[in-house]
Amino acid sequence: MKRALEANIGLVYLFLYTPIFAVVVFSFNSGEQISVWEGFTFGWYARLFEDAALWRACRNSLMVAGVATVIATVIGTAAALAIERHRFRFRTALVRVLYLPIIIPDIVLAIALLTFYVQVRIPLGLMTVIIAHGVFNIAYVTIVVRARLQGYDNTLEEAARDLGANEWQTFWRITLPLIAPGIIGGALLAFTLSIDDFVITFFTAGVGYTTLSVHIYSLLKFGITPKINAISTMLLANSIVFILLFLWFQGGATSSQKQDF
Amino acid sequence: MRRNYHLFILLFPVVFWLVCFFLLPLVSVFIYSFIERGTYGGVRWHFTWENYQRLFDGLYLGILWRSVSTASVCTAVCLLLGYPFAYYLARYKPKHRNVLLLLVVVPFWTNFLIRTYAWILILRTEGLLNNLLGAVLPNWGPLELLNTPLAVQIGLVYGYLPFMILPLYAALEQLDVSLLEAAQDLGAPPRRAFWHITVPLSLPGILAGSMLVFIPTVGAFLTPDLLGGGKVSYIGNVIDRQFKTARDWPFGSALSFMLMGIVLVGTVLYFRALQENEGQP
Repeated sequence: MKRALEANIGLVYLFLYTPIFAVVVFSFNSGEQISVWEGFTFGWYARLFEDAALWRACRNSLMVAGVATVIATVIGTAAALAIERHRFRFRTALVRVLYLPIIIPDIVLAIALLTFYVQVRIPLGLMTVIIAHGVFNIAYVTIVVRARLQGYDNTLEEAARDLGANEWQTFWRITLPLIAPGIIGGALLAFTLSIDDFVITFFTAGVGYTTLSVHIYSLLKFGITPKINAISTMLLANSIVFILLFLWFQGGATSSQKQDF
Repeated sequence: MRRNYHLFILLFPVVFWLVCFFLLPLVSVFIYSFIERGTYGGVRWHFTWENYQRLFDGLYLGILWRSVSTASVCTAVCLLLGYPFAYYLARYKPKHRNVLLLLVVVPFWTNFLIRTYAWILILRTEGLLNNLLGAVLPNWGPLELLNTPLAVQIGLVYGYLPFMILPLYAALEQLDVSLLEAAQDLGAPPRRAFWHITVPLSLPGILAGSMLVFIPTVGAFLTPDLLGGGKVSYIGNVIDRQFKTARDWPFGSALSFMLMGIVLVGTVLYFRALQENEGQP
């Protein structure tokens, strides 16, 4: 029985990592075929630097993700504070509607926004993508910040107020530093999801406003070259840096909390 | 009064964003699903039921059935792979447990397109799997694995397995071991203890994991598009085609609405099952 369980563990890790490992290895392959090994080279990486379209797509992705993350972090944090700290009439309804963009399939959200933009005559461009990313990013930020708000007791805030701090002072000096790890974690999550998003961007971006995901998609659809392996490996390295950052902030959160109390 | 003012400041942005860029778009797609398609790809503002009637066409019912059954198989496979995995992990030394769990999440953080592309690299006719088998077996004729329903199924399981493992792990890790010890003391064989204690107590994890896998896979667009090569249609691809190539937006809208309906019914069933489970002693 134990053997079978261990075999299953091995199988799952093998299943999860073989494809990723293969992409990384073949990004150093000198052959013109994506999956036939011929020799070692850094050549494909060198070519990435000359690829103007790729860099333009990167810039668009960073811009969309950056702006959408800032918007979503502010709005999502405010929403989390309202939901956790206040009782109001449509609270349950708000929570349900807020999480709906995560529940419904990407393609439905994408189509809904596309028909909406066309009906109210908003021209498709990068702005329309930012608005769309805002919709799902707000939901994710709210979830992460709410979890953080639920995790600590508000006696510190009461103490600050008893000691004569006004509401702004209490918010800036007590509440914000305490929930900061949650806000940063939520922002990192939003940024990653935004960079990774393909389906919603694909339908809401105007012609000529290509993001990295859409660029990769067109490479995959219309002619796969080994360059795609190199792009993938670079993105993979990026994701790993981001996970480490996310964990560092979340981990720092729990240890500092322990020290405080 | 002041408190109300604060609440207004906190709530106004989120309510504004959700109403303008989520609820109104849903209304918009709903309206589109009831109008006629124009002759040259545009729309005619004329009320019709036709888009919904077309959904009951044998062709589209077949595609719908394929999407639902593929998502169900994907959910079942994820559960079969994920349950023993989470079970083992939950009983692993706490020190290494988090690292092992992190290793499950790492692939999930990488770009979905890249993860899907990796399977093209493996499954294509000149891909790694065929090359490997060809090197080992002398008479190996390369298999056409890419652009098949099997490739789509593998890609979906790969993409969504972590969604199954994480909630299962959360449920199994909280499991009170003393209950299992009590069962053992009372003479229950391990198999009986497993089916009568472990499985029922991890039911919330099973339900959550199944929902997290089923919902995105039933509307999947990218995986069937890249690994199915457009040869096998799923509902996500049909919607995409109505908007990008066929230019029949009203019908695409009706399809989207039906897909959303399926997902919402699934969600409601999930919450109901969860409540019933909590209601039991």
